[in-house]
Amino acid sequence: MPEESKRSFWKRKSVIGYLFAAPWIIGLVCFILGPIVASFFLSFTTYDGINPPKWIGFMNYKILFTLDPSFLKALGNTFYYMFGSVFLKVLLGLILAVLLNNAGKFMGIFRTIFFLPVVLPAVPVMFLWMMLFNPTNGLINQFLGIFGINGPLWLNSPTWSKPAIILMSLWGIGGIIVIFLAGLQGIPTELYEAAELDGANKIQLFWKITVPMLRPVIFFNVVTGLIGASQVFAEAYIMTGGGPLESTTFVNLMIYKLAFKDVQMGYASAISVVMFLILVPLTIVLFRIYRRQAEF
Amino acid sequence: MRSQKKMRLIREIILYSVLTLFSVIFLVPLFWMISTSLKPESQVMTVPVQWLPKPPQWRNYIDAVKAFPFFRYFWNTSFLAILNVVGTLFSASLVAYSFSKLRWKGRNQLFYITIATMFIPSQVLIIPTYLIFSKLGWINTYLPLVVPAFCGGGAFNIFLLRQFFVSIPDELLEAARIDGASEFRIYSQIVLPLSKPVLFTVSIFTLLFSWNDFFGPLLYLHDPSKWTLAVGLRSFQQQYTTTWNLLMAASTLTALPLIIIYFIFQKSITSGFALSGSGK
Repeated sequence: MPEESKRSFWKRKSVIGYLFAAPWIIGLVCFILGPIVASFFLSFTTYDGINPPKWIGFMNYKILFTLDPSFLKALGNTFYYMFGSVFLKVLLGLILAVLLNNAGKFMGIFRTIFFLPVVLPAVPVMFLWMMLFNPTNGLINQFLGIFGINGPLWLNSPTWSKPAIILMSLWGIGGIIVIFLAGLQGIPTELYEAAELDGANKIQLFWKITVPMLRPVIFFNVVTGLIGASQVFAEAYIMTGGGPLESTTFVNLMIYKLAFKDVQMGYASAISVVMFLILVPLTIVLFRIYRRQAEF
Repeated sequence: MRSQKKMRLIREIILYSVLTLFSVIFLVPLFWMISTSLKPESQVMTVPVQWLPKPPQWRNYIDAVKAFPFFRYFWNTSFLAILNVVGTLFSASLVAYSFSKLRWKGRNQLFYITIATMFIPSQVLIIPTYLIFSKLGWINTYLPLVVPAFCGGGAFNIFLLRQFFVSIPDELLEAARIDGASEFRIYSQIVLPLSKPVLFTVSIFTLLFSWNDFFGPLLYLHDPSKWTLAVGLRSFQQQYTTTWNLLMAASTLTALPLIIIYFIFQKSITSGFALSGSGK
């Protein structure tokens, strides 16, 4: 093929490549990259959604960190939920996955049961748990009553509202269990056999083989779990409205109320940018994990 | 030897008791939802616990779907879910084909950006995206909930499909190219038919996600006749704060399609979940 036509051949190929990728290039620019830039810009302005945004420099950030205690409170609430739910989910998920992995021919049935809540729609699930958490008539406190325990007020208590939402999130642990199960099945059984010959007991096997071999999967689940949990919104919006005493005002609920109820879009953008900057290291970590397996 | 056997038996008993205990804990809430949905109002939230409705009041389901426009919302939700599945399948697979089987300048860099956006903390996107749709005059229409699906269908789906397409041998495509087949033809007649399992996984996840979405419809749909089940249920709950039996009947009906889908396609759902979540 002569040089000239070869080049035009590849040029044509390139055009086809862009054409196939076009929907995503548009989506990436309009719905992801553009909005990120716009959020940074808006965070330096005051903007009511109607009149043009007015530049005010770092004022929003100054207010956030020095004059608005509700922001730091929301940030604290969000971290509480993120770390509480992720820690318990990963721990309990790992334990249940290890048990399931030993359940032989019954594994399928148990897995079906544990995963079922994952597919249930969020809003009905929240209504259900509002019933279960009812302080006087709810199933949970009536159950605790059997043992003479006077159950807490759950969603009506500033102390117990976040633990209640975390407890509810544990119902959706099936996803993590399934991921851990896949990881467990990838551990060569010879490792266990060799250690057992050396006289290791089950608990030693768990700590010396299972946990180290699963470390990448555990790590991955923690990081994705934290990013996912940072977006907690509907739970508070539907079950508590952010209360009592702002104890369940999470960052996303605050952004939603500020941006779409009080139309303080500049200020709300500043909050979203702060949250973004806090979480970006986690995103970078995940990017590295994925890039490794996507080698060209 | 005998004591070893005994030890094993004890271990199995403990193992299965713990698993059974957790199964019961996992199933009780669901049981409670269905049981409450069939109770007369006087048996809801009683002390002591009334486990089974006496007698089951099937009329609750009729009352629930009459108390709010259930079928309208059901249709709206299904309509949105179907459009999201169609849009995602079509656009994500086109883009994934481009990332895996076509060569063009900037391809790898763009794919890296795509990976980086898979886990972007989405808080930062909400306000500007809303403003874009608002400037386009799309508020209170289905467009904000549908158009993004046709624009690549999300980084994660593109990634999932791309990883699968990479495993399809290039020789297969080269042969077709020599025969003069166009790229679109190769994509639609060779690559897509070979990728049915992963396309199916993407469809199910998109369906689940769309059906369960609360934030999108809450933000963009103001006209009650356009609402989805998630938003409609929320307003139902605010109007009938004490009729838990009807609310649970409506909730059960909302969850039912997903439960049925889960039991039919359980294998591909759980294995798809394991695949997408392991970082492998």
